[in-house]
Amino acid sequence: MSVLEPKTSFQRIFLPTLAWTIAIIFFFPIFWLVLTSFKTDADAVKPEYLFIFQPTLENYMNMTENYDYWRFAKNSIITSVFATAFTLFVGIPSAYAMAFNPSRHTKDILMWMLSTKMLPAAAVLYPMTFLTKNFLGVFDTHFLVIIVLSLINLPIVIWMLFTYFKEIPKEIIEAGKMDGVNTWGEIKDILLPLAWGGVASTALLCFIFCWNEAYWTVRLTTTEAATLSKLIEGNRAPEGLFFGRLSAVSAAAVGPIVVLGWFCQKQLVRGLTFGAVK
Amino acid sequence: MAGLTLRNVAKNYADVNVIESIDLDIKDGEFVVFVGPSGCGKSTLLRMIAGLEDITGGTIAIGDTVVNEVAPAKRGVAMVFQTYALYPHMTVYKNMAFGLKQAKTPKDEIDKRVRAAAEILEISDLLERTPRALSGGQRQRVAIGRAIVREPSVFLFDEPLSNLDAALRVQTRIEIARLHQRLGTTMIYVTHDQVEAMTLADKIVVLRGGNIEQVGSPIELYETPDNMFVAQFIGSPKMNFFKAEDLTKKGQAMLKGDVDRLGIRPEHFTTTDVKSALVVATPDLVENLGENALVHCITEGGMEFIVKTTDLTKFKQGKKIGLTADKARVLGFNSTTQKRIG
Ligand SMILES: Nc1ncnc2c1ncn2[C@@H]1O[C@H](COP(=O)(O)OP(=O)(O)O)[C@@H](O)[C@H]1O
Ligand SMILES: [Mg+2]
Repeated sequence: MSVLEPKTSFQRIFLPTLAWTIAIIFFFPIFWLVLTSFKTDADAVKPEYLFIFQPTLENYMNMTENYDYWRFAKNSIITSVFATAFTLFVGIPSAYAMAFNPSRHTKDILMWMLSTKMLPAAAVLYPMTFLTKNFLGVFDTHFLVIIVLSLINLPIVIWMLFTYFKEIPKEIIEAGKMDGVNTWGEIKDILLPLAWGGVASTALLCFIFCWNEAYWTVRLTTTEAATLSKLIEGNRAPEGLFFGRLSAVSAAAVGPIVVLGWFCQKQLVRGLTFGAVK
Repeated sequence: MAGLTLRNVAKNYADVNVIESIDLDIKDGEFVVFVGPSGCGKSTLLRMIAGLEDITGGTIAIGDTVVNEVAPAKRGVAMVFQTYALYPHMTVYKNMAFGLKQAKTPKDEIDKRVRAAAEILEISDLLERTPRALSGGQRQRVAIGRAIVREPSVFLFDEPLSNLDAALRVQTRIEIARLHQRLGTTMIYVTHDQVEAMTLADKIVVLRGGNIEQVGSPIELYETPDNMFVAQFIGSPKMNFFKAEDLTKKGQAMLKGDVDRLGIRPEHFTTTDVKSALVVATPDLVENLGENALVHCITEGGMEFIVKTTDLTKFKQGKKIGLTADKARVLGFNSTTQKRIG
C-alpha cells in the first residue's frame, strides 16, 4: 500500500490489544498444560501452586520408564507417515485425473467424497469394531490404523490437491502430451514440480490430522498399534485424576506436531487457505 | 513431411455437436489457415489433428496413416499454443530439449538441434533463462523453437500471435512466413483474424458453426467468395450488400434471376454522376486514415455502408453522390440461400 494515512487510535491500540487477548486466551490452555506437566500430581491440583511451584521432571521420567512412551510415539510416527504416504499415493492420481480429464460427473464425485465426512463417525463405530475384530482379524494392527487414517483424510486431501492442480494451466500438461510423456511422466515431470508447494502443504496437513486423530485410533487399538492418542486416553481415568502425569503425556504427544507446525508455518498457512495466500 | 486428409471428421461434446462433418485435403508443404469467428470450432479441429481431442466421427490421416488412435507425440506433429504453455520450471534449453529427451534422442543430437533452432529464432543467449524471465515475444519464440527441434512433419499453431502487442504481431507474422519458406513444412494455423489469414496462407479454410464455408487461396476468397458470410468475413472493411431499394434503376437492372443482393467492397467504388451510378448515397461521416479514408454513406433506401477512397474532394457531407464499380467487381447474391450467383 502506498497511501500513508495516519493510523487512528482504533488501529493503533484497540486492534493489537484485541489480537493479543485472543492469542492469550487460545494459548493459555497449552501454557497451563506445559506448566502442569512439571508439577507433581499433588501440586497440580492446588490453586496456590498455579504459577509458583517446585518444578520436577518426575512425570516425564515416569512416562518413559513406566508407560512406554517411545512405543506409542513410534506407532504414531509409523501410522502417520505411512497413512500420509498412502493418501498421497492414491490422492495425487485421483486429483490429477479430476483436474485435467474431468468428466461430467467430476463435480458430483467431489461432492460425494466430501459428504462422506458428514457421516458421524459414531454411526459406524459398532460395525467397524465388530468387523475388524471378529471377521478380518486386523484389530489393533498398524495396517488397520494406516488404512483408517488414510480413508478419513482422503477426501480432504483430494479436494486440496484438486484445488492446487486446477491452478496449473491445462495447456502445459497438453504440451507435455505433445512432447511424448506418458501419464506417469506428466505427473512426475510436470505436475509435481509445478504443484510442489501445494502438495507439501497437503502432505503436512494430512500428517497433522493423522497424528491428532483420536476417535478411531483409541477405539481400534489396544496395545500393538496404539498411538499417542491412546496413551493420553489410557492415562486419563483409572486411578483418579493425575493431572501432572496426564499433562506430561499430553505435552509429549502434541509436542512433536507443534514443533513441526512451527517450522512449516508458511506451508501450513498456504495449505489451510487452499492456496489463496501466495 | 506430409499432407493431411480429413474425411467426415466430426466432434461432439456430450450431446453438443461442435464439428459437423469436415472433409479437407492439405498438401505436403502447404500453409493452411483455419479462420472463422470465435467459437466456430477452429481450435477443436486443430486439437483433433494434434491428438489432444478424441475424434467422434470420421478419419484423420497424416501422410498415408490414419491417426485417429495414435498418441499425439507419435503423429509427427508439433503444436504452438496460444498461451505458449512453456514448462515454467525448466530453462529455455530444457523446454526445447524435453520432447527429444522423451524420444530418447542422444544427448549430442539434442544439443545440436536445440542450438540450431535457437540460432534460427535468435534466442541463443536466452537458453539458460526460465520462461518467467522472458518477454511475451521471447516466450513465443521459445514455443516455436520447442516445435522446431522435434522436426515434425506438420506444425500446428493455435492463435499464436493473439497475446502479442500489435507491432510484435506483425513482425512475428513475417517471421512465421519466413520460417515456412525456410523449412517448407506443412503448417496449419488457426486465427480469427482475417488479415493474418490473408497474409500467411497458401490456402484458407473459412469455418462457421462447425462447418467449412469455403476453402481457397486468399485471392479466390477475396474475389469469388461462395457466400455472403465469406464475402463479409474476408476483407476489411466488410463487403457492402445492397438490396433493390438501395440501388438506382441501373443497379436494380443487375438483380437478375435469383440475385437479390449486390455485393461491392468498399475499396471498389468509383464516384460518378447520379445518372450512371449503381448507388446514390449521402456521405455522413469520414474516418481519415491518411493514405485513404473511410466514408460512411447512407443509401436512398436508408442503409449505411462504407466507401474507401483516396480522393476525399468528391465527398461532401450531406451532398448526394453517385457511386459505381467495375462490373467484374460487383457480385450477385441470393439472400435466402446466402449463396453467390453466377
Ligand atoms: N470441453 C468442451 N465441452 C463442451 N463444449 C466445448 C468444449 N470445448 C469447446 N467447446 C465448444 O466448442 C465450440 C468450439 O470451440 P473452439 O474450437 O474452442 O472454438 P474456436 O477456437 O473457433 O474459438 C465452442 O462453442 C465451445 O463452446
Ligand atoms: Mg480457439
